[in-house]
Amino acid sequence: METVRTGRVWKFGDRISTDFMVPGHRVLANPDLSSDEAAGFCMEANRPGWASEVRPGDILVAGINFGCGSSRNGSEPLKALGIAVVLAESISRIHLRNAVNTGLPTLVAPGIAGFVEEGQSLEVNIVTGEVKNLDTGALLQAEAWQEGTPPYEILMAGGLDAYMKAKLKERGLVAN
Amino acid sequence: MGMTIAEKILAAHAGADTVKPGQYLWCKVDATSGHRLADLEALGVDRVWDPERVFMIDDHQAPPPTVAAANKVRELRRLIKKYDITNYFEYGRGGILHQVFAEHGMYAPGDLVAQCDSHSTAGGVFNACVTNANLDAVHVLAFGELWFRVPASVRVVLDGTLPAWCVGKDVILKVAGELGTDFGLYKSVEYVGPVAGQMSLAQRWTVSNMGVEVGAKFAIFEADEKTDAFLAGRLDRPYRHVTADPDAAYEAEYTFDLSDLTPMVARPGDPGNGVPVEGVKAERVKVDQAFLGSCTNARLEDLEVAARILAGREVHPDVRMLVSPSSQEVFGEALKAGYLETLVEAGALVEHSTCGPCYGGHLGVLGDGETCISSSNRNFRGRMGSPLADVWLASPATVAASAIAGEIVDPREYL
Ligand code: SF4
Repeated sequence: METVRTGRVWKFGDRISTDFMVPGHRVLANPDLSSDEAAGFCMEANRPGWASEVRPGDILVAGINFGCGSSRNGSEPLKALGIAVVLAESISRIHLRNAVNTGLPTLVAPGIAGFVEEGQSLEVNIVTGEVKNLDTGALLQAEAWQEGTPPYEILMAGGLDAYMKAKLKERGLVAN
Repeated sequence: MGMTIAEKILAAHAGADTVKPGQYLWCKVDATSGHRLADLEALGVDRVWDPERVFMIDDHQAPPPTVAAANKVRELRRLIKKYDITNYFEYGRGGILHQVFAEHGMYAPGDLVAQCDSHSTAGGVFNACVTNANLDAVHVLAFGELWFRVPASVRVVLDGTLPAWCVGKDVILKVAGELGTDFGLYKSVEYVGPVAGQMSLAQRWTVSNMGVEVGAKFAIFEADEKTDAFLAGRLDRPYRHVTADPDAAYEAEYTFDLSDLTPMVARPGDPGNGVPVEGVKAERVKVDQAFLGSCTNARLEDLEVAARILAGREVHPDVRMLVSPSSQEVFGEALKAGYLETLVEAGALVEHSTCGPCYGGHLGVLGDGETCISSSNRNFRGRMGSPLADVWLASPATVAASAIAGEIVDPREYL
Protein backbone atom coordinates (compact mmCIF):
# COMPACT_ATOMS: atom_id res chain seq x y z
CA MET A 1 0.00 0.00 0.00
CA GLU A 2 1.32 3.41 -1.04
CA THR A 3 2.04 5.28 2.16
CA VAL A 4 2.55 8.83 0.87
CA ARG A 5 -0.33 10.21 -1.12
CA THR A 6 -0.68 13.57 -2.81
CA GLY A 7 -3.93 14.97 -4.13
CA ARG A 8 -6.22 17.97 -4.47
CA VAL A 9 -8.75 18.61 -1.77
CA TRP A 10 -12.52 18.54 -1.68
CA LYS A 11 -13.92 20.05 1.50
CA PHE A 12 -17.09 19.04 3.28
CA GLY A 13 -18.69 20.35 6.47
CA ASP A 14 -19.65 18.81 9.78
CA ARG A 15 -21.73 15.66 10.31
CA ILE A 16 -21.69 14.29 6.78
CA SER A 17 -23.84 11.21 7.39
CA THR A 18 -23.50 7.87 5.65
CA ASP A 19 -26.92 8.64 4.13
CA PHE A 20 -25.21 11.33 2.03
CA MET A 21 -22.60 8.84 0.86
CA VAL A 22 -25.02 5.99 0.20
CA PRO A 23 -28.51 7.46 -0.28
CA GLY A 24 -30.92 4.96 1.26
CA HIS A 25 -33.70 5.52 -1.26
CA ARG A 26 -31.33 4.73 -4.15
CA VAL A 27 -30.30 1.44 -2.60
CA LEU A 28 -33.91 0.60 -1.82
CA ALA A 29 -35.01 1.39 -5.33
CA ASN A 30 -32.39 -0.98 -6.69
CA PRO A 31 -30.85 -3.47 -4.27
CA ASP A 32 -28.66 -4.88 -7.05
CA LEU A 33 -26.87 -1.57 -7.63
CA SER A 34 -23.17 -2.20 -8.30
CA SER A 35 -20.73 -0.24 -6.15
CA ASP A 36 -19.64 1.83 -9.16
CA GLU A 37 -23.24 2.73 -9.96
CA ALA A 38 -23.94 3.56 -6.32
CA ALA A 39 -20.84 5.77 -6.26
CA GLY A 40 -22.51 7.99 -8.85
CA PHE A 41 -25.09 8.95 -6.22
CA CYS A 42 -22.51 9.74 -3.54
CA MET A 43 -23.25 13.13 -1.88
CA GLU A 44 -26.01 13.87 -4.41
CA ALA A 45 -28.27 15.34 -1.72
CA ASN A 46 -25.71 17.66 -0.14
CA ARG A 47 -23.51 18.35 -3.18
CA PRO A 48 -25.19 17.50 -6.48
CA GLY A 49 -22.81 16.70 -9.31
CA TRP A 50 -19.81 16.11 -7.04
CA ALA A 51 -19.43 12.44 -7.90
CA SER A 52 -18.79 13.28 -11.55
CA GLU A 53 -16.18 15.95 -10.71
CA VAL A 54 -14.01 13.78 -8.47
CA ARG A 55 -10.80 12.44 -10.02
CA PRO A 56 -8.89 9.41 -8.80
CA GLY A 57 -6.28 10.46 -6.26
CA ASP A 58 -8.34 13.33 -4.81
CA ILE A 59 -8.47 13.86 -1.07
CA LEU A 60 -11.61 14.42 0.96
CA VAL A 61 -11.50 16.69 4.00
CA ALA A 62 -14.42 16.98 6.41
CA GLY A 63 -15.47 18.44 9.75
CA ILE A 64 -16.71 16.72 12.88
CA ASN A 65 -18.47 13.36 13.15
CA PHE A 66 -17.87 12.36 9.54
CA GLY A 67 -19.89 9.24 8.72
CA CYS A 68 -22.47 9.58 11.47
CA GLY A 69 -25.78 7.77 11.07
CA SER A 70 -26.45 4.31 9.74
CA SER A 71 -23.88 1.55 9.39
CA ARG A 72 -24.10 1.57 5.60
CA ASN A 73 -20.56 1.55 4.25
CA GLY A 74 -19.84 5.06 3.06
CA SER A 75 -16.22 4.22 2.28
CA GLU A 76 -17.15 1.92 -0.57
CA PRO A 77 -18.45 4.65 -2.90
CA LEU A 78 -15.60 6.96 -1.86
CA LYS A 79 -13.08 4.28 -2.74
CA ALA A 80 -14.92 3.51 -5.98
CA LEU A 81 -14.65 7.21 -6.91
CA GLY A 82 -10.91 6.99 -6.41
CA ILE A 83 -10.61 9.08 -3.24
CA ALA A 84 -7.07 8.42 -1.98
CA VAL A 85 -7.34 9.63 1.60
CA VAL A 86 -10.07 10.92 3.92
CA LEU A 87 -9.19 13.35 6.71
CA ALA A 88 -11.76 14.65 9.17
CA GLU A 89 -11.90 16.52 12.48
CA SER A 90 -13.62 13.48 13.97
CA ILE A 91 -15.18 10.37 12.52
CA SER A 92 -17.99 8.12 13.71
CA ARG A 93 -16.75 4.84 15.07
CA ILE A 94 -18.83 2.74 12.71
CA HIS A 95 -17.62 4.67 9.68
CA LEU A 96 -13.99 4.52 10.78
CA ARG A 97 -14.13 0.74 11.10
CA ASN A 98 -15.83 0.44 7.73
CA ALA A 99 -13.05 2.56 6.24
CA VAL A 100 -10.33 0.32 7.68
CA ASN A 101 -12.15 -2.78 6.48
CA THR A 102 -12.64 -1.28 3.02
CA GLY A 103 -8.96 -0.42 2.84
CA LEU A 104 -9.55 3.31 2.37
CA PRO A 105 -7.00 5.32 4.40
CA THR A 106 -9.15 7.47 6.68
CA LEU A 107 -7.57 9.49 9.47
CA VAL A 108 -8.82 11.62 12.33
CA ALA A 109 -7.02 14.93 11.86
CA PRO A 110 -7.92 17.53 14.49
CA GLY A 111 -7.53 21.02 13.02
CA ILE A 112 -7.85 19.90 9.41
CA ALA A 113 -10.96 21.99 8.69
CA GLY A 114 -9.07 25.23 9.15
CA PHE A 115 -5.82 23.90 7.70
CA VAL A 116 -6.69 23.56 4.06
CA GLU A 117 -8.94 25.21 1.49
CA GLU A 118 -10.78 23.40 -1.22
CA GLY A 119 -8.67 23.02 -4.35
CA GLN A 120 -5.35 23.14 -2.49
CA SER A 121 -3.15 20.06 -2.51
CA LEU A 122 -2.09 17.92 0.42
CA GLU A 123 0.61 15.35 0.89
CA VAL A 124 -0.44 12.74 3.44
CA ASN A 125 1.66 10.00 4.96
CA ILE A 126 -0.98 7.47 5.94
CA VAL A 127 1.38 5.60 8.27
CA THR A 128 2.92 8.45 10.25
CA GLY A 129 -0.11 10.74 9.97
CA GLU A 130 1.99 13.68 8.70
CA VAL A 131 -0.05 16.05 6.57
CA LYS A 132 1.56 18.80 4.49
CA ASN A 133 -0.31 21.57 2.74
CA LEU A 134 1.58 21.87 -0.54
CA ASP A 135 0.14 25.33 -1.21
CA THR A 136 1.01 26.91 2.12
CA GLY A 137 3.78 24.62 3.33
CA ALA A 138 2.01 24.20 6.67
CA LEU A 139 2.22 20.88 8.57
CA LEU A 140 -0.43 19.08 10.60
CA GLN A 141 -0.29 15.86 12.58
CA ALA A 142 -3.19 13.44 12.04
CA GLU A 143 -3.80 10.47 14.34
CA ALA A 144 -1.87 7.64 12.77
CA TRP A 145 -2.78 3.99 13.12
CA GLN A 146 -0.03 2.60 15.32
CA GLU A 147 2.05 -0.07 13.68
CA GLY A 148 1.18 -3.56 14.87
CA THR A 149 -2.38 -2.68 15.92
CA PRO A 150 -5.20 -4.64 14.29
CA PRO A 151 -6.57 -1.71 12.26
CA TYR A 152 -3.06 -0.99 10.96
CA GLU A 153 -2.64 -4.58 9.84
CA ILE A 154 -6.06 -4.71 8.19
CA LEU A 155 -5.52 -1.40 6.39
CA MET A 156 -2.06 -2.38 5.22
CA ALA A 157 -3.37 -5.71 3.95
CA GLY A 158 -5.63 -3.63 1.72
CA GLY A 159 -8.81 -4.25 3.69
CA LEU A 160 -10.62 -6.94 5.61
CA ASP A 161 -11.08 -9.33 2.72
CA ALA A 162 -7.36 -9.71 2.04
CA TYR A 163 -6.60 -9.76 5.76
CA MET A 164 -9.16 -12.51 6.39
CA LYS A 165 -7.93 -14.64 3.50
CA ALA A 166 -4.41 -14.68 4.93
CA LYS A 167 -5.62 -15.36 8.48
CA LEU A 168 -7.96 -18.16 7.43
CA LYS A 169 -5.08 -19.90 5.65
CA GLU A 170 -2.80 -19.42 8.63
CA ARG A 171 -5.35 -21.05 10.91
CA GLY A 172 -6.07 -23.84 8.48
CA LEU A 173 -9.73 -22.89 8.06
CA VAL A 174 -9.62 -22.90 4.27
CA ALA A 175 -7.74 -24.99 1.75
CA ASN A 176 -4.69 -23.30 0.26
CA MET B 1 -6.58 2.29 39.29
CA GLY B 2 -10.06 0.81 39.15
CA MET B 3 -11.96 0.02 36.00
CA THR B 4 -15.23 1.19 34.45
CA ILE B 5 -17.91 -1.29 33.40
CA ALA B 6 -16.69 -1.33 29.79
CA GLU B 7 -13.06 -1.76 30.84
CA LYS B 8 -13.96 -4.72 33.04
CA ILE B 9 -15.96 -6.43 30.31
CA LEU B 10 -13.31 -5.87 27.64
CA ALA B 11 -10.52 -7.03 29.97
CA ALA B 12 -12.44 -10.20 30.79
CA HIS B 13 -12.88 -10.97 27.10
CA ALA B 14 -9.25 -10.28 26.26
CA GLY B 15 -7.94 -12.42 29.10
CA ALA B 16 -6.29 -9.37 30.66
CA ASP B 17 -6.27 -8.30 34.30
CA THR B 18 -6.53 -4.62 33.53
CA VAL B 19 -6.92 -2.52 30.42
CA LYS B 20 -6.79 1.20 29.81
CA PRO B 21 -8.34 3.55 27.26
CA GLY B 22 -6.57 3.65 23.91
CA GLN B 23 -5.27 0.10 24.19
CA TYR B 24 -5.97 -2.29 21.30
CA LEU B 25 -7.27 -5.74 22.17
CA TRP B 26 -8.35 -8.90 20.47
CA CYS B 27 -11.43 -10.01 22.39
CA LYS B 28 -13.50 -13.16 22.42
CA VAL B 29 -17.02 -12.18 21.45
CA ASP B 30 -20.06 -13.85 23.02
CA ALA B 31 -22.46 -13.48 20.10
CA THR B 32 -23.01 -11.88 16.71
CA SER B 33 -25.66 -11.62 14.02
CA GLY B 34 -25.68 -13.54 10.77
CA HIS B 35 -25.78 -10.64 8.32
CA ARG B 36 -22.36 -11.52 6.94
CA LEU B 37 -22.92 -15.23 6.29
CA ALA B 38 -22.70 -14.64 2.53
CA ASP B 39 -19.28 -13.03 3.00
CA LEU B 40 -18.18 -16.03 5.04
CA GLU B 41 -19.27 -18.32 2.26
CA ALA B 42 -17.45 -16.18 -0.30
CA LEU B 43 -14.28 -16.62 1.74
CA GLY B 44 -14.70 -20.36 1.42
CA VAL B 45 -15.39 -21.06 5.11
CA ASP B 46 -17.98 -23.77 5.67
CA ARG B 47 -18.77 -23.39 9.35
CA VAL B 48 -19.29 -20.60 11.87
CA TRP B 49 -17.28 -20.57 15.08
CA ASP B 50 -20.37 -21.33 17.21
CA PRO B 51 -23.76 -21.75 15.49
CA GLU B 52 -25.64 -21.26 18.78
CA ARG B 53 -24.13 -17.82 19.28
CA VAL B 54 -25.21 -16.51 15.90
CA PHE B 55 -28.64 -14.83 15.79
CA MET B 56 -30.44 -13.85 12.63
CA ILE B 57 -33.65 -12.26 11.51
CA ASP B 58 -34.89 -10.31 8.53
CA ASP B 59 -36.50 -7.18 9.91
CA HIS B 60 -35.94 -4.32 7.48
CA GLN B 61 -37.96 -5.35 4.44
CA ALA B 62 -40.12 -7.71 6.39
CA PRO B 63 -41.89 -9.50 4.85
CA PRO B 64 -40.36 -8.80 1.43
CA PRO B 65 -42.19 -6.10 -0.55
CA THR B 66 -40.38 -6.81 -3.83
CA VAL B 67 -39.11 -9.79 -5.76
CA ALA B 68 -35.54 -8.60 -5.26
CA ALA B 69 -36.06 -8.49 -1.50
CA ALA B 70 -37.77 -11.88 -1.55
CA ASN B 71 -34.82 -13.38 -3.36
CA LYS B 72 -32.51 -11.99 -0.71
CA VAL B 73 -34.57 -13.69 1.99
CA ARG B 74 -34.49 -16.92 0.02
CA GLU B 75 -30.72 -16.69 -0.06
CA LEU B 76 -30.63 -15.94 3.66
CA ARG B 77 -32.70 -19.01 4.47
CA ARG B 78 -30.31 -21.16 2.45
CA LEU B 79 -27.35 -19.79 4.43
CA ILE B 80 -29.16 -20.29 7.76
CA LYS B 81 -29.56 -23.99 6.94
CA LYS B 82 -26.05 -24.35 5.57
CA TYR B 83 -24.47 -22.93 8.72
CA ASP B 84 -26.91 -24.63 11.19
CA ILE B 85 -28.08 -21.35 12.68
CA THR B 86 -30.83 -22.25 15.15
CA ASN B 87 -31.50 -18.73 16.42
CA TYR B 88 -33.27 -17.68 13.25
CA PHE B 89 -36.66 -16.04 13.61
CA GLU B 90 -39.23 -16.32 10.85
CA TYR B 91 -41.84 -13.66 10.13
CA GLY B 92 -44.56 -13.99 12.74
CA ARG B 93 -42.09 -15.28 15.32
CA GLY B 94 -39.67 -12.42 15.16
CA GLY B 95 -39.89 -8.68 14.86
CA ILE B 96 -37.09 -6.14 15.18
CA LEU B 97 -33.73 -7.68 15.90
CA HIS B 98 -32.69 -5.68 18.97
CA GLN B 99 -35.88 -6.72 20.75
CA VAL B 100 -36.08 -10.28 19.45
CA PHE B 101 -32.45 -11.12 20.14
CA ALA B 102 -32.92 -9.95 23.74
CA GLU B 103 -36.12 -11.97 24.12
CA HIS B 104 -34.16 -15.05 23.09
CA GLY B 105 -31.31 -14.62 25.53
CA MET B 106 -28.61 -13.14 23.34
CA TYR B 107 -27.49 -10.60 25.94
CA ALA B 108 -26.53 -11.09 29.57
CA PRO B 109 -24.75 -8.80 32.02
CA GLY B 110 -21.02 -8.93 31.35
CA ASP B 111 -21.38 -10.03 27.72
CA LEU B 112 -19.47 -8.61 24.79
CA VAL B 113 -21.58 -8.69 21.64
CA ALA B 114 -20.83 -7.25 18.19
CA GLN B 115 -23.62 -7.40 15.64
CA CYS B 116 -24.65 -5.79 12.38
CA ASP B 117 -26.88 -2.85 13.08
CA SER B 118 -26.07 0.63 14.24
CA HIS B 119 -28.59 0.52 17.10
CA SER B 120 -26.81 -2.40 18.72
CA THR B 121 -25.93 -0.08 21.59
CA ALA B 122 -29.47 -0.94 22.76
CA GLY B 123 -28.12 -4.15 24.29
CA GLY B 124 -26.18 -2.06 26.82
CA VAL B 125 -29.38 -1.91 28.84
CA PHE B 126 -28.52 -5.44 29.95
CA ASN B 127 -25.29 -4.28 31.60
CA ALA B 128 -23.33 -5.59 28.63
CA CYS B 129 -20.98 -4.19 26.00
CA VAL B 130 -23.02 -4.43 22.82
CA THR B 131 -22.00 -2.58 19.73
CA ASN B 132 -21.98 -2.55 15.97
CA ALA B 133 -19.74 -4.72 13.88
CA ASN B 134 -20.47 -4.18 10.25
CA LEU B 135 -18.17 -5.64 7.62
CA ASP B 136 -16.00 -7.25 10.26
CA ALA B 137 -18.82 -9.31 11.73
CA VAL B 138 -17.52 -11.90 9.27
CA HIS B 139 -14.37 -12.04 11.38
CA VAL B 140 -16.53 -12.94 14.37
CA LEU B 141 -18.40 -15.56 12.35
CA ALA B 142 -15.10 -17.18 11.39
CA PHE B 143 -13.07 -16.84 14.57
CA GLY B 144 -15.37 -15.72 17.41
CA GLU B 145 -13.02 -12.79 17.94
CA LEU B 146 -12.88 -9.11 17.10
CA TRP B 147 -10.48 -6.25 17.78
CA PHE B 148 -11.44 -3.34 19.99
CA ARG B 149 -9.79 -0.15 21.05
CA VAL B 150 -10.61 0.35 24.72
CA PRO B 151 -12.81 3.44 24.77
CA ALA B 152 -12.62 6.26 27.26
CA SER B 153 -15.65 6.07 29.56
CA VAL B 154 -17.96 8.93 30.42
CA ARG B 155 -20.59 8.88 33.10
CA VAL B 156 -24.02 10.44 32.84
CA VAL B 157 -25.67 10.85 36.23
CA LEU B 158 -29.46 10.93 35.97
CA ASP B 159 -30.33 12.71 39.16
CA GLY B 160 -33.54 13.68 40.95
CA THR B 161 -36.95 12.10 40.44
CA LEU B 162 -38.48 11.63 37.03
CA PRO B 163 -41.80 13.53 36.89
CA ALA B 164 -44.98 11.69 35.94
CA TRP B 165 -45.45 11.38 32.16
CA CYS B 166 -41.78 11.75 31.45
CA VAL B 167 -40.05 8.60 30.24
CA GLY B 168 -36.70 7.39 28.95
CA LYS B 169 -37.30 9.02 25.56
CA ASP B 170 -37.69 12.43 27.16
CA VAL B 171 -34.49 11.79 29.12
CA ILE B 172 -32.37 10.89 26.10
CA LEU B 173 -33.77 13.75 24.00
CA LYS B 174 -32.80 16.05 26.86
CA VAL B 175 -29.31 14.54 27.17
CA ALA B 176 -28.68 14.61 23.40
CA GLY B 177 -30.15 18.11 23.19
CA GLU B 178 -27.81 19.47 25.85
CA LEU B 179 -24.61 17.51 25.23
CA GLY B 180 -24.93 17.18 21.46
CA THR B 181 -24.97 14.12 19.25
CA ASP B 182 -21.24 13.51 19.41
CA PHE B 183 -20.40 13.71 23.09
CA GLY B 184 -20.16 9.93 23.16
CA LEU B 185 -18.00 9.56 20.06
CA TYR B 186 -15.72 6.48 20.44
CA LYS B 187 -16.72 6.35 24.11
CA SER B 188 -18.48 4.06 26.50
CA VAL B 189 -21.33 6.01 28.09
CA GLU B 190 -22.46 4.68 31.46
CA TYR B 191 -25.83 5.85 32.81
CA VAL B 192 -26.17 5.89 36.58
CA GLY B 193 -28.03 7.77 39.29
CA PRO B 194 -31.42 7.62 40.97
CA VAL B 195 -33.44 8.10 37.80
CA ALA B 196 -31.61 5.19 36.13
CA GLY B 197 -32.90 3.05 38.99
CA GLN B 198 -36.42 4.49 38.87
CA MET B 199 -36.86 3.95 35.15
CA SER B 200 -38.38 0.71 33.95
CA LEU B 201 -36.16 -1.59 31.92
CA ALA B 202 -38.06 -0.54 28.80
CA GLN B 203 -37.32 3.13 29.45
CA ARG B 204 -33.62 2.48 29.99
CA TRP B 205 -33.69 0.45 26.80
CA THR B 206 -34.73 3.57 24.85
CA VAL B 207 -31.76 5.44 26.32
CA SER B 208 -29.29 2.68 25.40
CA ASN B 209 -30.92 2.31 21.99
CA MET B 210 -30.21 5.94 21.22
CA GLY B 211 -26.63 5.51 22.40
CA VAL B 212 -25.54 5.58 18.78
CA GLU B 213 -27.39 8.89 18.36
CA VAL B 214 -24.90 10.41 20.80
CA GLY B 215 -22.04 8.68 19.00
CA ALA B 216 -21.43 6.05 21.67
CA LYS B 217 -19.68 2.74 21.21
CA PHE B 218 -21.44 1.33 24.27
CA ALA B 219 -24.38 2.78 26.24
CA ILE B 220 -24.47 0.83 29.47
CA PHE B 221 -26.71 0.64 32.52
CA GLU B 222 -26.01 -1.16 35.76
CA ALA B 223 -28.05 -4.32 36.30
CA ASP B 224 -30.70 -4.67 38.99
CA GLU B 225 -33.78 -6.75 39.78
CA LYS B 226 -35.57 -5.29 36.74
CA THR B 227 -32.80 -6.60 34.50
CA ASP B 228 -32.95 -10.02 36.15
CA ALA B 229 -36.75 -10.13 35.88
CA PHE B 230 -36.62 -9.65 32.12
CA LEU B 231 -33.86 -12.22 31.66
CA ALA B 232 -35.47 -14.87 33.87
CA GLY B 233 -36.51 -17.82 31.76
CA ARG B 234 -34.80 -16.41 28.68
CA LEU B 235 -31.25 -17.36 29.58
CA ASP B 236 -29.82 -20.71 30.51
CA ARG B 237 -26.37 -19.53 31.49
CA PRO B 238 -25.14 -17.94 34.69
CA TYR B 239 -24.12 -14.29 34.71
CA ARG B 240 -22.90 -11.67 37.14
CA HIS B 241 -23.77 -8.00 37.37
CA VAL B 242 -20.83 -5.79 36.46
CA THR B 243 -20.27 -2.56 38.37
CA ALA B 244 -17.58 0.06 38.02
CA ASP B 245 -14.88 0.26 40.67
CA PRO B 246 -15.25 3.24 43.01
CA ASP B 247 -11.94 4.65 41.76
CA ALA B 248 -12.62 3.98 38.06
CA ALA B 249 -11.48 6.79 35.77
CA TYR B 250 -14.08 8.64 33.73
CA GLU B 251 -13.05 11.13 31.12
CA ALA B 252 -16.06 13.27 31.95
CA GLU B 253 -19.11 13.20 34.17
CA TYR B 254 -22.36 14.98 33.33
CA THR B 255 -25.16 15.37 35.84
CA PHE B 256 -28.76 16.04 34.89
CA ASP B 257 -31.30 16.97 37.54
CA LEU B 258 -34.42 15.57 35.92
CA SER B 259 -36.95 16.57 38.58
CA ASP B 260 -38.18 19.46 36.44
CA LEU B 261 -38.08 17.60 33.12
CA THR B 262 -41.11 18.06 30.87
CA PRO B 263 -42.02 16.01 27.78
CA MET B 264 -39.52 16.57 24.96
CA VAL B 265 -39.54 16.49 21.17
CA ALA B 266 -36.61 16.66 18.75
CA ARG B 267 -37.17 19.04 15.87
CA PRO B 268 -36.62 17.67 12.35
CA GLY B 269 -33.11 17.11 11.05
CA ASP B 270 -31.15 15.83 14.02
CA PRO B 271 -31.87 13.79 17.17
CA GLY B 272 -29.94 16.46 19.07
CA ASN B 273 -32.62 19.07 18.32
CA GLY B 274 -34.47 18.35 21.57
CA VAL B 275 -36.79 21.00 23.04
CA PRO B 276 -39.67 20.85 25.53
CA VAL B 277 -42.88 20.12 23.67
CA GLU B 278 -44.71 22.86 25.58
CA GLY B 279 -42.50 25.36 23.75
CA VAL B 280 -43.49 23.94 20.37
CA LYS B 281 -47.23 23.92 20.95
CA ALA B 282 -47.75 27.52 19.90
CA GLU B 283 -46.32 26.71 16.46
CA ARG B 284 -49.34 24.49 15.76
CA VAL B 285 -47.28 21.90 13.85
CA LYS B 286 -49.77 19.83 11.84
CA VAL B 287 -49.14 16.10 11.71
CA ASP B 288 -49.82 13.82 8.71
CA GLN B 289 -48.44 10.63 10.24
CA ALA B 290 -48.00 9.49 13.84
CA PHE B 291 -45.70 6.50 14.13
CA LEU B 292 -45.58 4.38 17.26
CA GLY B 293 -43.00 1.77 16.50
CA SER B 294 -39.31 0.85 16.05
CA CYS B 295 -36.74 -0.72 18.33
CA THR B 296 -36.67 2.53 20.32
CA ASN B 297 -40.19 2.77 21.70
CA ALA B 298 -42.71 0.08 20.84
CA ARG B 299 -42.52 -2.17 23.87
CA LEU B 300 -45.51 -3.24 25.92
CA GLU B 301 -45.60 -0.22 28.22
CA ASP B 302 -45.26 2.09 25.20
CA LEU B 303 -48.35 0.52 23.66
CA GLU B 304 -50.08 0.64 27.03
CA VAL B 305 -49.63 4.38 27.48
CA ALA B 306 -50.77 5.02 23.90
CA ALA B 307 -53.86 2.88 24.50
CA ARG B 308 -54.57 4.71 27.74
CA ILE B 309 -54.41 8.07 25.96
CA LEU B 310 -56.44 6.93 22.94
CA ALA B 311 -59.09 5.01 24.90
CA GLY B 312 -62.49 6.51 24.07
CA ARG B 313 -60.86 9.05 21.75
CA GLU B 314 -60.18 9.11 18.04
CA VAL B 315 -57.19 9.63 15.84
CA HIS B 316 -57.62 13.01 14.13
CA PRO B 317 -59.27 12.68 10.69
CA ASP B 318 -56.22 14.17 8.93
CA VAL B 319 -53.75 11.83 10.63
CA ARG B 320 -52.75 8.27 9.85
CA MET B 321 -51.45 6.61 12.98
CA LEU B 322 -49.25 3.57 12.44
CA VAL B 323 -48.52 1.18 15.28
CA SER B 324 -45.87 -1.53 14.93
CA PRO B 325 -44.87 -3.38 18.12
CA SER B 326 -41.16 -4.00 18.62
CA SER B 327 -41.59 -7.78 18.34
CA GLN B 328 -44.26 -10.35 17.68
CA GLU B 329 -43.98 -11.35 21.35
CA VAL B 330 -44.88 -7.80 22.32
CA PHE B 331 -47.62 -7.84 19.68
CA GLY B 332 -49.14 -10.94 21.32
CA GLU B 333 -48.97 -9.48 24.80
CA ALA B 334 -50.53 -6.20 23.67
CA LEU B 335 -53.23 -8.18 21.95
CA LYS B 336 -54.08 -10.15 25.08
CA ALA B 337 -53.98 -7.02 27.23
CA GLY B 338 -56.48 -5.34 24.92
CA TYR B 339 -54.19 -2.44 23.98
CA LEU B 340 -54.31 -3.21 20.28
CA GLU B 341 -58.09 -3.37 20.36
CA THR B 342 -58.20 0.07 21.93
CA LEU B 343 -55.79 1.44 19.35
CA VAL B 344 -57.73 -0.07 16.46
CA GLU B 345 -61.00 1.31 17.83
CA ALA B 346 -59.41 4.75 17.97
CA GLY B 347 -58.59 4.48 14.28
CA ALA B 348 -54.92 3.49 14.37
CA LEU B 349 -53.48 1.12 11.79
CA VAL B 350 -51.82 -1.75 13.64
CA GLU B 351 -49.04 -3.35 11.62
CA HIS B 352 -46.92 -6.37 12.40
CA SER B 353 -43.52 -5.84 13.99
CA THR B 354 -41.17 -4.37 11.38
CA CYS B 355 -38.49 -1.79 10.73
CA GLY B 356 -40.41 -0.66 7.63
CA PRO B 357 -41.63 2.86 8.45
CA CYS B 358 -38.70 3.72 10.76
CA TYR B 359 -36.13 3.76 7.97
CA GLY B 360 -38.45 4.79 5.16
CA GLY B 361 -38.50 1.29 3.73
CA HIS B 362 -42.14 0.40 3.34
CA LEU B 363 -45.48 0.17 5.18
CA GLY B 364 -45.65 3.91 5.86
CA VAL B 365 -43.20 6.00 3.87
CA LEU B 366 -43.54 9.81 3.99
CA GLY B 367 -44.28 11.91 0.92
CA ASP B 368 -43.00 15.36 -0.03
CA GLY B 369 -43.83 18.02 2.54
CA GLU B 370 -45.42 15.63 5.02
CA THR B 371 -44.84 15.78 8.74
CA CYS B 372 -44.50 12.78 11.03
CA ILE B 373 -44.25 12.55 14.79
CA SER B 374 -42.37 9.38 15.55
CA SER B 375 -41.38 7.30 18.55
CA SER B 376 -38.28 6.11 16.65
CA ASN B 377 -34.71 7.33 16.97
CA ARG B 378 -33.65 9.19 13.81
CA ASN B 379 -35.06 12.28 12.15
CA PHE B 380 -32.39 12.99 9.56
CA ARG B 381 -33.66 14.38 6.27
CA GLY B 382 -34.99 11.56 4.16
CA ARG B 383 -34.87 9.02 6.97
CA MET B 384 -38.54 8.05 6.74
CA GLY B 385 -39.03 8.64 3.03
CA SER B 386 -39.03 11.90 1.12
CA PRO B 387 -36.14 14.27 1.88
CA LEU B 388 -38.82 16.96 1.83
CA ALA B 389 -40.67 15.43 4.81
CA ASP B 390 -40.22 16.49 8.44
CA VAL B 391 -39.76 13.95 11.23
CA TRP B 392 -40.16 14.94 14.88
CA LEU B 393 -39.04 12.49 17.56
CA ALA B 394 -41.05 12.05 20.74
CA SER B 395 -42.16 9.61 23.42
CA PRO B 396 -45.09 7.24 22.78
CA ALA B 397 -47.36 9.43 24.92
CA THR B 398 -46.54 12.52 22.87
CA VAL B 399 -47.06 10.59 19.64
CA ALA B 400 -50.47 9.35 20.80
CA ALA B 401 -51.63 12.74 22.05
CA SER B 402 -50.49 14.43 18.83
CA ALA B 403 -52.34 11.81 16.79
CA ILE B 404 -55.55 12.86 18.51
CA ALA B 405 -54.93 16.59 18.23
CA GLY B 406 -53.69 16.47 14.63
CA GLU B 407 -50.79 18.65 15.71
CA ILE B 408 -47.87 18.35 18.09
CA VAL B 409 -49.15 18.69 21.65
CA ASP B 410 -48.07 18.11 25.21
CA PRO B 411 -49.31 14.67 26.30
CA ARG B 412 -50.00 15.92 29.80
CA GLU B 413 -53.14 17.59 28.45
CA TYR B 414 -54.51 14.23 27.38
CA LEU B 415 -53.71 12.03 30.34
S1 SF4 C 1 -36.53 -0.12 13.99
FE1 SF4 C 1 -35.44 1.49 12.90
S2 SF4 C 1 -33.68 1.97 14.15
FE2 SF4 C 1 -34.48 0.02 14.86
S3 SF4 C 1 -33.30 -1.53 13.77
FE3 SF4 C 1 -35.15 -1.11 12.57
S4 SF4 C 1 -34.58 0.47 11.10
FE4 SF4 C 1 -33.01 0.43 12.70
